[in-house]
Amino acid sequence: MKIKGTQLFVKALVEEGVDTLFAYPGGMAIDLFDALYGEKDFRVVLPRHEQGLVHAADGYARATGKTGVCLVTSGPGATNLVTGIATANYDSVPLVCFTGQVPTNLIGNDAFQEVDIVGICRSICKYAVTVRRREDLGRIIKEAFYVARTGKPGPVVVDLPKDIQQALGSDEYPKEVFMRGYKPSTGVHMGQLKKAASMLESAKRPLFLVGGGVNISHAGEEMTALAEKMRIPVVSTVMGKGALPSDHPLYIGNMGMHGNVASNTAVSECDVLFSIGTRFNDRITGKLGEFAKDAKIVHIDIDAASISRNIVVDVPIVADAKEAIVKLTEIVNPPKHISGEWLRHLQELRAEKPIRIRSSAPLTPEDIIEGINRNFPELIISTDVGQNQMWTTQFIQLKGRSKLLTSGGLGTMGYGLPAAIGAKLGRPEMPVVCVSGDGGFQMNEQELATAVCEELPVIICILNNSYLGNVRQWQEMFYGGRYSCTCLRKRKSCAQWCSSPAATCPPYVPDFVKLAESYGMEGIRVTRREEIDTVFERAQKITNKPTLIEFIIEREEEIMPMVPGGNALSEMITEVKKERK
Amino acid sequence: MSPLLKKRWLSLYVENDVGVLAKIAGLFSGKSYNLSSLTVGETEDPTVSRMTISLYGDDKTFEQIKKQLNRSVEVIKVLDFTELSIHKKEILYIKLHSLKKEEIEDIIRSASVFGVTVCDYDRTSLILESVKTEDENSDLLAYYKKYYASRMEAVRGGSVAIESVSRSDR
Ligand SMILES: Cc1ncc(C[n+]2csc(CCOP(=O)(O)OP(=O)(O)O)c2C)c(N)n1
Ligand SMILES: [Mg+2]
Repeated sequence: MKIKGTQLFVKALVEEGVDTLFAYPGGMAIDLFDALYGEKDFRVVLPRHEQGLVHAADGYARATGKTGVCLVTSGPGATNLVTGIATANYDSVPLVCFTGQVPTNLIGNDAFQEVDIVGICRSICKYAVTVRRREDLGRIIKEAFYVARTGKPGPVVVDLPKDIQQALGSDEYPKEVFMRGYKPSTGVHMGQLKKAASMLESAKRPLFLVGGGVNISHAGEEMTALAEKMRIPVVSTVMGKGALPSDHPLYIGNMGMHGNVASNTAVSECDVLFSIGTRFNDRITGKLGEFAKDAKIVHIDIDAASISRNIVVDVPIVADAKEAIVKLTEIVNPPKHISGEWLRHLQELRAEKPIRIRSSAPLTPEDIIEGINRNFPELIISTDVGQNQMWTTQFIQLKGRSKLLTSGGLGTMGYGLPAAIGAKLGRPEMPVVCVSGDGGFQMNEQELATAVCEELPVIICILNNSYLGNVRQWQEMFYGGRYSCTCLRKRKSCAQWCSSPAATCPPYVPDFVKLAESYGMEGIRVTRREEIDTVFERAQKITNKPTLIEFIIEREEEIMPMVPGGNALSEMITEVKKERK
Repeated sequence: MSPLLKKRWLSLYVENDVGVLAKIAGLFSGKSYNLSSLTVGETEDPTVSRMTISLYGDDKTFEQIKKQLNRSVEVIKVLDFTELSIHKKEILYIKLHSLKKEEIEDIIRSASVFGVTVCDYDRTSLILESVKTEDENSDLLAYYKKYYASRMEAVRGGSVAIESVSRSDR
């Protein structure tokens, strides 16, 4: 039977098992939306901005492990996806993004709303392709889903010209994929794995470093079992957090730029660093020459290009994290010579030098995240970017099915709220909490409407310091306190130079509580730690709409400890020296 | 500069599709890899193109480049020709003009000594065509530049390369 391209598109989504499509219409996608009218097999969600849309699809994908699917129109619809595609690419999130395009005979004519989205996205996605012939449509969609979810997952862009959408053609959607240029690696090289195993067995101060790859391949339980069998301590990157329960005795904490003292010390002092699923970027390693300089390094990663790129390793293993962990657990024996001191030393350090916010403020970020820990034993938590993100990843306790969604690689402000919306759509049974800064929240605040209209009870916590806090802290520490364009209360009437807040600062805009109310949802302002539990209890009782909680925190609260960019992990700063210029 | 910096050769099998050249070229520029030459053309199979790429780089960068190319969906196969016995040639055209009669005679003589063809000429100008290695072509270019720098125009094609069937040396 002959059907239109748009009908094959819908059929393809059904066959791929898509249950949620994130979609925003426009002229070059209108035929597709017509085919979606009254669709019963899956839900079509209309966010309020394409950036919010793609972050929502990303949050959905991270929360469910399924592929996030987007549909937008050509031109501005497509370009609004760009930041979200790059965000997903850096964190290896499977997305398939369909973009409408002008008809093939107009491509290249600078037609109305024509952009070369495939060209724009080429370097920020896993694969991008324009469908140029109706007979290729089914195959290309099939390939797009396959490429997005296999190997190292990532976003795929499929550009759909309007004439291809309208053209009649075969109704067949292929069952199989054959791509001669794309063969994701499978299996584990047993020789290499044995080498790595014997290295671990003879180590005195071994350490596991767990990256986001372990979470992407859903290998948390397997990783925990391996660590327990070996009795080897574990540190994680921000993206690897949650692979082990945060309160596990073997889990030392996050390492890297804002990691805790014990974890960074562990990396600096270990003799075998067994790392899985991290690309060792500069936020992880600090000064390269000093990184784990006494250690032999094993590196498991699904992406051959991530191995020996930043850090030269002794035993490289290209493999899926889960597969490698399972195989390793089978063949490896607990280290014979492991020093009994080693684990104790790290556990003591962790207890002696915990991350603490020493502040006399009536409400600190630590209080808030600890409040989340108390009130949500299991949850999906999304963060925005900045201090709010670092405080969350430092203090949050992830247990059981809990997950952390955060833009680690690209650090995209505006990610948190839409990601939480996507997560709640995909995992309605889980409590979903978003922690955001006051700045980043405003980058996609329009998505409150989506949450209200979809009746999603996400709990939004804005940590309001009235600053672009992360940048402000850098200005304070490294730029003589010159607060250039980081104060969100600054008005035309303010003095041109300002390097500290005052009681007389103009009021904050917007009023977040009123903003929430204007969306028909509850907005609550919290100023003291005593209110936290009551507020979370109240928010959890609201089951058909979001709740916004604005936490007023100390304006110049710091995120500590930190390893200044380019320094060795052992050179951590734990306090800000205030000097003003 | 790194002592490991040396000339490398790659041969790629890629999909013969719109945008593939842009993808490969973009990969080099986006990651700041230095590319010396790149040629591309269809193969015996019209759905496949082959690219010959030469570049200067150290071992580590070169390994990274190969991995990045390998993981591109559009790339079917990556062959490292650097250490292999291969045939590789580049085409070079040199157009020389405003020549005197004796100069023309001299050029024709030199061309036959160098094994270069005169593929076109009139009374005051001519075109030399050379199919040689890049190094040999560079020498040729240097030679003619010495005498005709202000009266010449040169176009180089970049090398194409194929694995040898009989030779095991380089
Ligand atoms: C889209 C985007 N623009 C700019 C930045 C740079 N940046 C990183 S953190 C930050 C400040 C964020 O301020 P806020 O959202 O209030 O969070 P806070 O650090 O105060 O918790 C900025 C501007 C970014 N990461 N993303
Ligand atoms: Mg802020």
